[in-house]
Amino acid sequence: MTLTSSLNAGPAPVAPAAGRGRSAGALDRRIEAFALPLGALVAGLAVFALFLMMVGKSPAEFYGLVFKAGFGTAFSWENTLARASPLLLAALCVAIPARLGLVVIGGEGAIVLGGVAAGAFGMYLTGLGSSMGILGMAVSAICVGGVWIGLVGALRYRRGVNETISSLLLAYIAIALMNHFVEGPLRDPASLNKPSTAPLEDAYRIGAMPGLDVHGGLAVGILACVFSWILIERTAWGFSARIVGGNIRAAQIQGLPVGWLMTGFCALAGGFAGLAGMLEVAAVHGSANGSLAGGYGYTGILIAFLARHNMLAIIPVAVLLAGFEASSGLIQRRMDLPDATILVLQGIVFISILISETFTGRLGLSTLWRKTS
Amino acid sequence: MSAPHAIGVETLHMTKRFGDFTALDEVSIRIAPGSFHALLGENGAGKSTLVKCMMGFYQPTAGQMLIDGREAEIRNPRDAHAAGLGMVYQHFTLVPSLTAAENLVIAREDAPAVIDWKKEREGLQAFVETMPFRVALDQPVNRLSAGEKQKLELLKQLYLGRHFLILDEPTSVLTPSEADELLGMVRGLTSAGALTCLMITHKFREVTAFADAVSVLRRGAHVGGGRVGELTHDDMAAMMIGDKTLTRSAARAGEKGDVVLSLEGISAADRSGLKTIDVDSLHVAAGEVVGIAGVSGNGQMELMEVLTGQRPVSRGSVSVKSVTFRGTRRQARELKVRFLPEEPLQNACAGRMSVAENLSFRSYDLNGKGTRFWLDRAAMGRLAVRLVDAFKVKTASIESPIASLSGGNVQRAVLARELSDEVDLLIIANPCFGLDFSAVAEIRARIMAARNAGAAVLLISEDLDEILELSDRVLVMSEGRIAYETSIETLDVGELGRHMAGHA
Repeated sequence: MTLTSSLNAGPAPVAPAAGRGRSAGALDRRIEAFALPLGALVAGLAVFALFLMMVGKSPAEFYGLVFKAGFGTAFSWENTLARASPLLLAALCVAIPARLGLVVIGGEGAIVLGGVAAGAFGMYLTGLGSSMGILGMAVSAICVGGVWIGLVGALRYRRGVNETISSLLLAYIAIALMNHFVEGPLRDPASLNKPSTAPLEDAYRIGAMPGLDVHGGLAVGILACVFSWILIERTAWGFSARIVGGNIRAAQIQGLPVGWLMTGFCALAGGFAGLAGMLEVAAVHGSANGSLAGGYGYTGILIAFLARHNMLAIIPVAVLLAGFEASSGLIQRRMDLPDATILVLQGIVFISILISETFTGRLGLSTLWRKTS
Repeated sequence: MSAPHAIGVETLHMTKRFGDFTALDEVSIRIAPGSFHALLGENGAGKSTLVKCMMGFYQPTAGQMLIDGREAEIRNPRDAHAAGLGMVYQHFTLVPSLTAAENLVIAREDAPAVIDWKKEREGLQAFVETMPFRVALDQPVNRLSAGEKQKLELLKQLYLGRHFLILDEPTSVLTPSEADELLGMVRGLTSAGALTCLMITHKFREVTAFADAVSVLRRGAHVGGGRVGELTHDDMAAMMIGDKTLTRSAARAGEKGDVVLSLEGISAADRSGLKTIDVDSLHVAAGEVVGIAGVSGNGQMELMEVLTGQRPVSRGSVSVKSVTFRGTRRQARELKVRFLPEEPLQNACAGRMSVAENLSFRSYDLNGKGTRFWLDRAAMGRLAVRLVDAFKVKTASIESPIASLSGGNVQRAVLARELSDEVDLLIIANPCFGLDFSAVAEIRARIMAARNAGAAVLLISEDLDEILELSDRVLVMSEGRIAYETSIETLDVGELGRHMAGHA
């Protein structure tokens, strides 16, 4: 007799105490899941305001400009959403391994190699038609990215190599490999100022979504987040992964294939990052070149942590951060601040996110809420 | 610093309570100046609590301490050090990358901000001249052997001007010859009147060979002692273990069946990687409890890891019902093997996941006889409610993180998860460690019920009472080997104690 069959045998008696407690405990955790990152974000913005005042600039003007450039008009929304699409996938490359307890910060490497793979596919396998061509580029990018980050997971399990450091170093290797390919074997002789692969044929380019001046990568990114959420939260595989992340010794005692889970989920994460690189090539640049190493992988780390590795929360957070990045040009022109200012802001927010993690389970928010209501 | 002679220490009615639990009950022990005093007792007898009270890590609930016949107030370890009391721990407290000389100097409380190494070295040299043994001062500590490190720990205490030393199982990481050398030195220092020593140990051999006097603790109380020459090993074992009667908590039922678990010629590296665990032959049959007794650190933890598949073996095999067992999820399910590791929160639960999620670890991927891909969260909730109810797990809600439960309730939850179906082989390590009395009785009754229902049970425990209460056969593990085996009917407690103490 198995448990599940016995469970379905009749209506389970629900103890009233357990029923009541269920809502309170869950409420506590849910409030915390919002309050902690939100509080950290606000605290980060406040500290950054102090930094602005120190350099003699007005925080009000700064945040006003950020809002205007990121979210003020239909055009700025479209710009923001277009920037969000690789960020969604880059954030998944951090959030998925994080659910297995792995801090992988080298998604940038899978992005650039995915882009190179897509560029190479488009260069050599021409004339397949639009859908086959785009699918082929996507699959090759996913495979390359998946192997790259899957390697990080396998190294961690089999040899105990720290995944944070190995993924970061592999990202530098990946960028060097990309430079080698686009400046060497894959270089289009016609690309003079900026070494690139040959421009993709038009059929291989991804255009705007109907009714919106944002390329289709946004839909891909959102679908990837929803897919990952379902996989992690609603399937047995995802639950196995969460047990590994919760306590690897418990996972071993339960006989779970810890090594395969680590390698497989890391490969999936890397596949998403590789896809981000392919989208940049097929929808934005039209060829693989140095612009692939645009720091999406690093912004993805910040997004994943702000979203507390919840795949659905990644969507709004990625849009918010994309808006910040979209504003950097305007900030530079209007306020005479270097465009790296946004990086300072991101860094401060990231530090406050890390600090906020230490408050997990220590806020007692629902008791506070019950007292006041 | 302190008095340049051996110090005598005496505790008077020292008591320490943690909540309702009395760890130390009116213990009065006199350690004469210049003596080498051994402190014996089982795990959890209160030895560590006593020395922690003496060293100021704990404040005793009641009682006093006399140093050289005068009442002394030790509020913290610093006070103890100032009074000339020092402690050498089971594990090393040296900085591995620094040399022996550097370790000695930085350990000093009055070490200057800028160290004049030339002057210090001369001082050290002069100090070492007065010592009866040598340690290479210029070697980085990580190049020293375990025996040399322990000698250096001893030297450090002497250098710091401590004349009353507590040694906490100082030989557990040493080879027998290293142990003899170290204890011989301590013996020499105490005989010369330069040092008084209180040594916590499990090994009777060391007591007889080196100590002058012995005190025995059992369940927090001082139950006896005397001069070493006047006590036999049997006397000491009897004091340590007490006149245990074989209490049977639950009625035994059922016949012993076929062999379920068998280990043949297993060899694996131990935690330190220096020694090996060798189990030549171990069989557990259906309907019997085989208890593995032993002092902690004799390879029990590694044996558990070999069984769960967490520790690779260099030789031999584990088989369950004649099938080679590799610890995969599918095998564990088909062969009905369950594990209850010690410290369940650290080893069998994910602390931040909810009680409901933790309770479903064994069954979330099952759907009838087959496996499932989609989680059935409603069924997981119903399962949790049913198990929480059946095993009386006290939790605010099934959605609470399991880490918020008390130790007894975490153990109840894990038992609920692992024992709620038919079990053919149950492998348990220290199931009642740190639990209160009522939880202990209940958990042992559940283990007995599993046995009576026909499960083969392997119980690895450091608690001898537990072993005697539950087992049908008792094995003693010592130095990584099965040193002794007896059935419960013919068991002689004294004999068992001697094997546990590494002296047959």
